[in-house]
Amino acid sequence: MLRFRLAPDNVKLGFMQLRSVTYPLSALLSILSVVAFLTLGLNYGIDFAGGTLMELRAKTGQADLVSLRALGDKLQLGEVEVQAFGENQDVTVRVRLQPGGDAAQQEIVQKIRVAVGDNYEFRRVEVVGPRVSGELVQSGTLGVVLSILAVLTYLWFRYEWQLAVAAVIATMHDLLLTMGFFAITRLEFNITSIAAILTIVGLSLNETVVILDRIREMLRKYKRMPMPEIIDTSINAVLSRTIMTSTTTLMALAALAFFGGHVIQSFSLAMMFGMVIGAYSSIFICSPILIYLGAPSQGEPDKNGN
Amino acid sequence: MFRFPRWKIASIIAMTLLAFLVIIPSFLAKDVREGIAKKLPSWAPFYSVVLGLDLQGGAHILLEVDAADVARTQVEALRDDVRRILREERIRITGGIGGSGRTVQVRVPDAADRQKAITRLRTQAQPGGVNALGATAPPTFEVRDTADGLVQLTLTDPAVLERVRRAVDQTIEVIRRRVDALGTTEPNIQRQGANRVLVQVPGLEDTNRLKELLGTTARLEFRLVADPGYNPGDIDMLNEYDREGNPTASYPVEKRVMVQGEDLTDAQPGFDQRSGEPVVNFRFNLRGGQRFGEVTSANVGKPFAIVLDNKVISAPRILSPITGGSGQISGRFTVQQANDLSVLLRAGALPAKLTIVEERTVGPGLGQDSIDAGRTAAYVAATLVVTYMLTTYGIFGLFANIALLVHIVMVFAGLVLLQATLTLPGIAGIVLTIGMAVDANVLIYERIREEGRLGRSIISALDAGFNRAFSTIVDSQSTTMVVAIILYFLGSGPVRGFAVSLALGIVTTIVTAVTMTRLMIALWYRWSRPTRIPI
Repeated sequence: MLRFRLAPDNVKLGFMQLRSVTYPLSALLSILSVVAFLTLGLNYGIDFAGGTLMELRAKTGQADLVSLRALGDKLQLGEVEVQAFGENQDVTVRVRLQPGGDAAQQEIVQKIRVAVGDNYEFRRVEVVGPRVSGELVQSGTLGVVLSILAVLTYLWFRYEWQLAVAAVIATMHDLLLTMGFFAITRLEFNITSIAAILTIVGLSLNETVVILDRIREMLRKYKRMPMPEIIDTSINAVLSRTIMTSTTTLMALAALAFFGGHVIQSFSLAMMFGMVIGAYSSIFICSPILIYLGAPSQGEPDKNGN
Repeated sequence: MFRFPRWKIASIIAMTLLAFLVIIPSFLAKDVREGIAKKLPSWAPFYSVVLGLDLQGGAHILLEVDAADVARTQVEALRDDVRRILREERIRITGGIGGSGRTVQVRVPDAADRQKAITRLRTQAQPGGVNALGATAPPTFEVRDTADGLVQLTLTDPAVLERVRRAVDQTIEVIRRRVDALGTTEPNIQRQGANRVLVQVPGLEDTNRLKELLGTTARLEFRLVADPGYNPGDIDMLNEYDREGNPTASYPVEKRVMVQGEDLTDAQPGFDQRSGEPVVNFRFNLRGGQRFGEVTSANVGKPFAIVLDNKVISAPRILSPITGGSGQISGRFTVQQANDLSVLLRAGALPAKLTIVEERTVGPGLGQDSIDAGRTAAYVAATLVVTYMLTTYGIFGLFANIALLVHIVMVFAGLVLLQATLTLPGIAGIVLTIGMAVDANVLIYERIREEGRLGRSIISALDAGFNRAFSTIVDSQSTTMVVAIILYFLGSGPVRGFAVSLALGIVTTIVTAVTMTRLMIALWYRWSRPTRIPI
């Protein structure tokens, strides 16, 4: 049977030396992300910005983008965003939040239905009023904050403070870069994006935990080994696993991004990005921090006895 | 580690078989499934996975009961009470009885009268009876004596909250009756938060009719049109409209209501015998019939107005006393309008105005497309991962793949048993766990390889691999679990579906990737007695 491995055995890569490259790189990316976030901002979808989103399918031929865009002026709805996808038969039409509270949003769909007549099938209609979108912003923010707190608590109990701090910094790094990814790519930021971000936090920590577990094990076994060497050996030991798992998860996400339909495409793309960043940060960001923080004292064995 | 007691083997196999059995109904056509379900005992979990509205298509509408409207009605009622009480006690007031916001005020110039009124009103404020703890309930309004002879009554917060709560209950009942009239299957109507109602109607594509049914208060009133020379304070000027919604006529309608919608027992669409026009035939209850008979007898020759939500539907002249207890409303209806009006009248009026604050509708076409796309993505992901595992780990890869298959079946079975809703992000969650599920196997296998390279015997390398990897597996999966739990509690609908799939996936991973693979490897070891580790 054909056998192959992406990660060669017995690798001895000097990851710690690479930190003179990766730290500036990460710093640069982080600054870029902050700048992008502050200047470009996120492309909020209707979940958070409120408004109306319709998905239309032309009953014959292709959708007439020009006349759909002109609806904004014709019906006095302000800017109407029209985006075609697939074979240009399908379009999404997005109308901004109209002044006049919740009731005002309700007339938009009806107006557009009348205006486009019988040429389009309405495949999806979402109307989010100003108050609901405000509440979604609140609960989304709360979700991110709560997850971070929960994860911090978990790490606090599970690891010595040095390891916990390293993991937290790596997680923040991933979070920051993912926000930058959303800002730069202009992917729509919706409730599902919050789900994607939280999952990224989970997956990235998953990588970090695997490496930290190994570092801790090495620390106990080789008490005199210098920290950089311990870290390098640990990373090399789990490297093949990190590559394997990242690959299978990326395969699944790629399948979702390319075949899962446009509704969850931005969700899948963000997760793919987060997955790569998560693996990168657990190797190149989290672990080297331990050199600066110093090795935790290894008094008692942990509950598993290793 | 490789000594598996028989009961353990048996229970693993039983669990797997059970999981396969549970998901079978989801793959059957609906009528076949229901046919079989009838023959099985009722406890058997023979049902399909529940599809979210984003997959089966349907309407999701979040409505808000207008709390200000509820308070307004309550203040109105309080004003009527005050008027009645003061009249009973023969207390003289100056000026009218004012009402604004949550307050009603009245000026009583005489000090003794004022004291009497306040005492009487305070008794009125105290609802009768005691609550479950034996304490008397708090007053529904507070009575304040301002220094200059003004008596102020203010509704208390608990009283308003209680009234809003009751209004939401009532609204749910009315909505249920109205939605049932649409004849759709299994609508879901539930309270959300303090003053919201969520209406989910699977399979409904055109929400216009639904929204019209939900958005109409349907307060029907029969009121007399005032005689010329009326007092402007006693009437409302109400308009009659044509089909396009343009006002056609205006009537001075008496504020006093003869009979209202509550007193109807039935309403049915029909056609006028002479003109053939669509009409609504209705029947009063005893009280309504008597009252209508009395008023029409006393006012023969005068016009009266049939008013729906402050719009005049028609203003016919009373030709003779109407004492039969039934009648007919005609108002240039279309057949559909006559039909809808009778639905609304039968279902009763909403206690307060409703506003739609969120709407999400997915057509069945898009829902099916999403299912297909999700399925394709799952197949592609599974094919890639399975191939990759096989080429990397050979026979051990095969074991991992079998475990993966069981894992997916178990996640599905879990969804079915919990009757959790499968949404599109939920499918994404399952696909994601396809990638993640093998992680546990990878951790174990890589550890086994490593231990093997260190020169351990096969059996001891296998043993160490499983044991050492286990704590890491639990550790790393718990972080994702924490996230899934938080997502579940914060998210709604689709996101919640994602959280459920993710959480189920993590739990079953531990079962399949750890226990099941271990069993397969143990059996394989006993059977083939390998001399080297095949990974």
